[in-house]
Amino acid sequence: MLAILFATLVLHLTDLIILFVSTCANAWRIHGADSYDLWYRCAQSNGGYTCKGTGEEEWLQAVQALMVLATIFSLTSFIIFLCQLFTLVKGGRFFFTAVFQILASLFVMSGAIIYTVMSPKWESDSDSYGYAFVLAWLAFPLTLVSGLIYIVLRKKE
Amino acid sequence: MLSVLALTSVVLLGIASQCTAISVYTNWEKHVQVGSDVRLSCSFFSWHWTSAEVTFSWSYRPDGAKESVSIFHYTNGAPYIATKGPFRDRLEFVGNPNRRDGSIMIRNVDYNDNGTFTCDAKNPPDIMGHPSNVRLLVFEKVPVQAGVITGAIIGVVLGLLILVVAIYYLMRFLVARRVFSLSMRHGKKGKGKEGSQQRQAGPSK
Repeated sequence: MLAILFATLVLHLTDLIILFVSTCANAWRIHGADSYDLWYRCAQSNGGYTCKGTGEEEWLQAVQALMVLATIFSLTSFIIFLCQLFTLVKGGRFFFTAVFQILASLFVMSGAIIYTVMSPKWESDSDSYGYAFVLAWLAFPLTLVSGLIYIVLRKKE
Repeated sequence: MLSVLALTSVVLLGIASQCTAISVYTNWEKHVQVGSDVRLSCSFFSWHWTSAEVTFSWSYRPDGAKESVSIFHYTNGAPYIATKGPFRDRLEFVGNPNRRDGSIMIRNVDYNDNGTFTCDAKNPPDIMGHPSNVRLLVFEKVPVQAGVITGAIIGVVLGLLILVVAIYYLMRFLVARRVFSLSMRHGKKGKGKEGSQQRQAGPSK
C-alpha cells in the first residue's frame, strides 16, 4: 500500500516538474542556436542575444494561457491530494484530486495540439521542435494516467 | 533628538532643491489603424504651481530620418501649429495647460506618419527636465496586445472554477439547513402526539 502511494506521489511530482519546465522554458522551437516561443523570440547576432517578446498572435496567447492553467490545476490537484490523504474517510476515492488532474491533462493536450497545428512552417532545415514542446506532449499522457490512478485509488485502513 | 530632526530637515531640503526638475509623461507607443484619429497625450509633474508661462513643444522624427521637425508649440496662452509641417491641417490642440495637459490630436493618420513624437514641457521657473518620446505605429488592422487573450482565458477559467466551488458549497449548506429544519418539525410533532396521548390516558385511569 505504501509503495503504491509513494509511486503515485512520485508520478504526480514528475508531472508537476515537467509542466513547470515546459511552461517556463522558452524552447518550443529551435532554429540553430535561436530559441522561439511561448514567451520570447530570441535571435543570436554578433555573439549576443536579442530577445523580443511574442504574443501578438491570438493562438500563441491561447497556448500560453492553457499551459499556465494546466500547471495551476496540477499544482492544485497535488495540494488537494495531500489534504485528502489526511481527511478522507476510509474506503473513499480521491475524487477531487482526479478531477483537477484530468482537467490539467486536457488543458495541456489542447495547448500542445493548438501549437502543433498553428505553428509556422519550417523556414530552413535547421528548424526543429525544442525540448519544451516534447515535454508538453509528454505531460499529457502522464497527467492523464495519474488522474485515472486517482479515480481507482481507494483509501485503506 | 532635536539635532536629528534638524539634520533630517536639512537633508530633505537639499534633496527637494535637487528635485525641481520637471518630469514629462507620454505613452510609450501608440498603435492606431490607418485612417483613424490618434490623441497623443503629454502631461508633466512639477513641484511648482502651473505658471501662466507654461510651454508645450511637440516635434516629429519620421522612421528612418535623422532629424526631427517641430510641429507644434504652445506659449503665452496660445497654440501655434507649424504652417509648413507634415501635419499642418491635421493637427489640433486638445490639451488643457491649466491642468498640465498638452495633448494633441492628429486626424486621418497614414502610413507616412510612422515615427517618433517628442513632447517637451516647461513650467517656469522649473525648466530643467527631459522630453518624452512616443512612437506612433500605424497598422491596417490593429493587432491584439500581448497577454490580453492569455489573461482573459486564465481569468475566465479560474473564475468559473471558483463559481462552481461556491455553488457546490452553497447547495450543500442549503440542503443541510433544509434537512435540519425538517427534522426539527418532525421532532416537535412527535412530542406533541405523545403529550396528547398521555393526557387522554390520564383521566381515563
